[in-house]
Parts: sequence; structure tokens; C-alpha cells
Amino acid sequence: MAEPRSTIWETMQERGHSRRDFLQFCAYAATLAGIAPAAHGKVAEAFEKKARPPVIWLHFQECTCCSESFIRAEHPVVADVLMDAISLDYTETLQAASGHAAEKCKADTMKAYAGKYILLVEGSVPTEADGVYCCIGGRTALDILKEAAAGAAAVIAWGNCASYGCVQNAKPNPTGATPISKLIGKPVINVPGCPPIADVMVGVVTHILVFGRPPELDAQGRPKEFYGRRVHDTCYRRPTYDAGMFVETWDDDAARKGYCLYHMGCRGPVTYNACAVTKWNERTSYPIQSGHGCIGCSENQFWDNGPFYQHLPSFPGFGIESTADKIGLAAGAAAAVGVAAHAISTNIRKRGLIHEHVAESVTENKSE
Amino acid sequence: MDAIKAPSYRRIYVWELPVRAFHWINGICILLLGVTGYLIGRPFAVISEQEASFQYWFGTVRFLHFAAGYLFLINMLARIYWGFVGNRYANWKQFIPTRRKWFTEVADVLRVDVLQTRVQGKIHIGHNRLAGFIYFLSFWVYGFQALTGFALYAAMSPSWIGRAAAAVIPGTWNDMGVRQWHHAGLWFFVLFTIIHVYLVFYHDYVEGRGTTSSMVGGWKFEREDYFKS
Ligand code: SF4
Repeated sequence: MAEPRSTIWETMQERGHSRRDFLQFCAYAATLAGIAPAAHGKVAEAFEKKARPPVIWLHFQECTCCSESFIRAEHPVVADVLMDAISLDYTETLQAASGHAAEKCKADTMKAYAGKYILLVEGSVPTEADGVYCCIGGRTALDILKEAAAGAAAVIAWGNCASYGCVQNAKPNPTGATPISKLIGKPVINVPGCPPIADVMVGVVTHILVFGRPPELDAQGRPKEFYGRRVHDTCYRRPTYDAGMFVETWDDDAARKGYCLYHMGCRGPVTYNACAVTKWNERTSYPIQSGHGCIGCSENQFWDNGPFYQHLPSFPGFGIESTADKIGLAAGAAAAVGVAAHAISTNIRKRGLIHEHVAESVTENKSE
Repeated sequence: MDAIKAPSYRRIYVWELPVRAFHWINGICILLLGVTGYLIGRPFAVISEQEASFQYWFGTVRFLHFAAGYLFLINMLARIYWGFVGNRYANWKQFIPTRRKWFTEVADVLRVDVLQTRVQGKIHIGHNRLAGFIYFLSFWVYGFQALTGFALYAAMSPSWIGRAAAAVIPGTWNDMGVRQWHHAGLWFFVLFTIIHVYLVFYHDYVEGRGTTSSMVGGWKFEREDYFKS
């Protein structure tokens, strides 16, 4: 049933691209994946000879912003080819087929390419109430995910939803939204962000296509090549941070001049992502460049670390207005009052004892 | 007045030089770390016409915090070492109440501190048993602060201490959470300092054994009859 799959080069030729386009694409993809120029030939070779791996893209509890981001990858050839290159066999949002035909297509791919296809998952999976909060074709998300993951060569979690649960997973998490890495007994490549950067998504897929194995991951399962540094480390406002020139209100002079947004709750110093380097929408801008602090969307539980416009998050268990500072200050004041009261009471209650001590010294003096 | 006999006191060398040095270096570090740490969490903005490249005040605050952090850590490790080679009052065993007698003393000290009763039994010459135990717990907080602090430092430094600390922190803790708890730790030191300084004065006052000055010269004074029974 599985007809031989064409290579990326063949596909590009079919679509009327020239050899030059192909090489351009290879160089671009290689650069994105952080492959040294000397090895760009390898990339071209891989794309020329290796059959395109079939891909299944599943959608669960999500908003499709990851897909939206993906189709906006900077280079038009990349956008065009990669969607094709990875030969998307199933994706609810973009496939032409629907209903039973679509489900059959997926089932066929899973059977014919067991152990070979790449599984991309967008969205978290609800586990409360037996998973009824997300059902597709009469089956729960969990069921669909487990089946698809079983035969996948690699599993990529797109976005914060699939990686960490995103907003659905924020307290109190009514649907029991769960990151996919906790549900399948396989290594998962987390590509968080809300959405992830298009070029990062392309880069991760390219890495797998070229090397045939997942990129190196950090402790939270993110590819180090894109999530190795903080937004803060490459932020163009960093000099104003070191100088202590901070925006203090959204309409002050500092805001107009584009100073550091640390004070306004910028999460750049605690967020690992490539925004400041790759930027968004064909390198137009990224949140901080547009005057808004980073909200930390590539971090675990970022919704629970709010409010976004406050440097310190609210303290767990003390309500939204609380910070560690407010609570600490209250406790410190209480301690100071307690100490003062204790000092007063000591002088009253210990009068006898102090008299004795004084008397001792008096006796001492007398005996001299 | 004749009924009261003047007791004679004996002088005891309790705190050796390394212990005293630890205490004051630690105090200075905590003060510096606390002030700079608070500023890092809540900096005030510089209003200046100069370009950013001519200023570095926030960078300097952070530098001081990191430098003091290193000193704090090394000092703490040195004190732990001294807990094995120092005199009996500095020994690590002084900090963990194990014997029944010690618990009686803890209860006694609690009564003296909270209910302000008179001392019933004996209060240990070194750290009283309650204080010793509190310092033991504080050391865990010191360790926690050092660990979370250096883990956060790992993102901005190639230092192996930072990397080692970051490796110990569970991978699912993100920097935001680590920063939150590291910052909350600051308030432990504020509370500790208020209560610690007060209680030193209080015990000095009601016991008259030279508690406060002992951390400067190392000497404490004890009634002769303390050693008899
Ligand atoms: S704006 Fe944010 S990321 Fe940029 S330097 Fe300031 S704190 Fe860092």
C-alpha cells in the first residue's frame, strides 16, 4: 500500500523549482538548524536522497496559533516546500479530506510507516472526566495520542500547550489538561512558545530530517540550539538594563525612549527562547521591540506566574495582590512589634531578677 | 542584703577566632546580599541624560550581589569545616538536639523567652540548645539560598558552581519559580536578624554572662557553682 515516497528535491522539481531554489532552501534550512556552512552539502544530499518522512500532525486542546505561526515561516520557499517536504499526511486544519476519509488516511500512514513517521502534536490533552473535554471522531484525545505515538519515530510537541499545558493547565486546570510528555512513554521534543517561532519550528523539523535524530535537549525537553539562551541575553534593550534605566510607567519618557522593561514585569531574564534573535513575521519585530515586556510564553506554567506586569509574581496562597515583599514586610513589622513588646514586658517582669543582679554587685563592692 | 552572697565567675574561651570571623563575615555578607538582592528585585530607575553605555549602576549592584554570594558560600563551607575541627562549642554536634537533657533545655529556654520565667536548669555555655537548633535550621536556609542563587547565576555565567547548582534544581522548576523562592528567602534573613539581635540582648540582660561581647572577644562568664553540680 505504501507507494515509494519522493524526496524533497523531487518534490521541488515537481513544483517547478529550480536547482538554485533547492540549494537556497537547503542553505536556509541548514542555517536555521544551526549547521555549520561546511556541512551544508550534507543537507543538500539528505534532501536530495532521503525519502520524505510521512508526518502526522494532531490537534487537541489548542487555538491553532502554532499552525498559524508555522505557515508564516520567513522564507517563502521554506513555507512552500517544507509543508510539502514533510509530506503532511494528516492535519485537521489543512488537509483536504474530512470525516472517514481523513481518518482512514491517518490509519493507513500509521500502518504503512510504523516506526518511521514523525508525529507533531499541537495542544494539550485533557485527562479529567475520562478525557471527554476533547474528542475527535468519537475518540478521546488521549486515545488518539497514544495510538499515534506508539509507532512514531519522533514526537514533537508544538507550543506551550503540548509542551507544558499552557493556559488550559493553569490553576485550577478544570479539564486536567496535561502536557504530552507526561502521557506517552517516549522522549518528546518540546518546542514551547505561544506560539513557537515559525523559524524555530522549521529548524527543529529540519534538524530531524537532516540528521535523522532529535536535537540536543535541555532539562525541560527543549532543543538547546533555540532555547539555550534567555531572551534577556540577546535583547537589544539590555544596555539600559545594566545601566539601571527602567521604564516605570507605560507612558513615561523612558518608555518612549525604549528603555528596559524589567520593572514592568518583563520575563526576558527568566525566559529561554530565540525571539530577540530570529524575531517574528519576517524579522519585523518581537514583543520587547514593540514596547511590551516578555510574558515568558516558552516557560512552564507561565500563566500561573502572573500578573504579567509585575516583576515579582503573586505569592502562592496569598492572593493576586500579594508578593513575597509585601508578605515579608508584614512579617518583619510583626516581628519588630513583637520584639518591642517583649522588651517592655521584660523590664517589668524581670524587675526582681535585675534587682538581684544589682544587689550582687553592690555586695561585691562593699566587700572590697 | 547580706543574704545575697556575691558569686564568683569563671571566664571561658567559647568562640574561637574562626567562629567569630565566620559570624561577622556572614553578617556583613547577609547585609550586603539583602540590600543588593532587594534592589535587584525592585530597582529604582536612574534618571539621566547620559547614554546607557556610560552607566552601569544596576550592573554594579548585581556584581556586588554575586561577589558577596561567593564570599557567603565560601564562608559557610569554612564554618562547616570548622564544625569538625574546632573546639567543643563549635562542633557540629552542638547544633542538633539529640539527648533528652537537651530537649529539657530547649523547653526551658522557650519558657524563658516566651513566658519570661526564670531559668530553671542550666543554660549551655556555648549556644543554648534552642539557639543551636535554630542555627542548624538556618544553615539549611543558607544552603537553599546559595543553591537557588547560583542556579539563577548559571544563566549569566560560565562558572561551574552555577552549572552545578542548576543541575541540582529539578528540571521542571523554571527560573521564575527559583527566583520567587530565592527572593522569599530574603525575608527569612530579615526576620532572623530582628529576632536574633533582640534575643542576644535579652539573654545578655537576664543572664548577665556577657553574651553580646562574647562574639567579639570570644569570652563568656559562668558562675563557679555551674561547674559543680
Ligand atoms: S526589556 Fe526585558 S529582556 Fe530586554 S533587557 Fe530589559 S528585562 Fe531584559
